[in-house]
Amino acid sequence: MKPETCEHLLDDLSDFLDGEASEEVCAEIERHLADCENCRVMVDTLHKTVLLYHELPQPELPEDARQRLYQSLDLEAYLTAK
Amino acid sequence: MNAGCFCLHFTASQVRVTTIQNRNFFREGASNLINDNYDEALLIARLQAGDKAACAECIEIHSPTIYRLALRLMQNETEAEDVLQETFINAFKAIEKFEGRSGLGTWLYRITHNAAMMRLRKPQKYFLSVEETLSEEDGAIVPKQLFDWCCLPEEDFESDEVQNKLEQAIYALPEKYKSVFVLRELEGLSTQETADSLDLTTSAVKVRLHRARLHLRDKLSPYFTEMAQASEKAT
Ligand SMILES: [Zn+2]
Repeated sequence: MKPETCEHLLDDLSDFLDGEASEEVCAEIERHLADCENCRVMVDTLHKTVLLYHELPQPELPEDARQRLYQSLDLEAYLTAK
Repeated sequence: MNAGCFCLHFTASQVRVTTIQNRNFFREGASNLINDNYDEALLIARLQAGDKAACAECIEIHSPTIYRLALRLMQNETEAEDVLQETFINAFKAIEKFEGRSGLGTWLYRITHNAAMMRLRKPQKYFLSVEETLSEEDGAIVPKQLFDWCCLPEEDFESDEVQNKLEQAIYALPEKYKSVFVLRELEGLSTQETADSLDLTTSAVKVRLHRARLHLRDKLSPYFTEMAQASEKAT
């Protein structure tokens, strides 16, 4: 495959992964992937990257920081246990 | 919309996948706390009337996302906490002027983003709202690592070390991509909400999200490739 085709395909990959690409674009990508190992790896690893971030535990607001937030706003009386 | 073609491809390449269509349904934060009875207009009216209980409700709904956005931008818990406080202090001061053209959340996240950018002393370029296309972005990202590490056993991705790697990779993102990635991908805001929060067009949000993903994939690939090659050797 010509590198330009690969680069051009790269632009649409997020739409493709998010199910937002048009049917024509999808078909074009499918056709290209059938013949291009590099782009298949690209799609697989990009997709996995997205999945890993969707599953990444999110940092929480520490309880002491939450209490200080209420204090800074003069709202301690409204601070409820979490 | 075409979800079908994606599945076909992955059946073909025998990749173990779960769909990412239902993004972020498992995320904590605003979306979980906002139940069917949540009435944002009422909350805003109460906030504007100076109702302190409403302030507390607003904090409970929005502080998790605000804190995480601040943390990812400032890369420091103390500064993230400062930005969090500053956000609510400024927001409650300015709430009378809030006209409700965007959601309360997006309005708050915008305040957070601007407060963080002020602290990072790079406010100027973030007030410029420009139409972006991929070609206008700074150079194409040419994939470097083309080893397929996606199919390592699930357990290999669940270690603390991997999760640290994932966090560090977010920190290393260029700032213009970082806020978009945090709000859209991690916090599950819609493209429109993300655009409203960051004063961007929806197409700029999409381009930046895509760029962020490519950056992250690039950053993580050497690490996961090494991991995959090591586990290949071991078997
Ligand atoms: Zn290709």
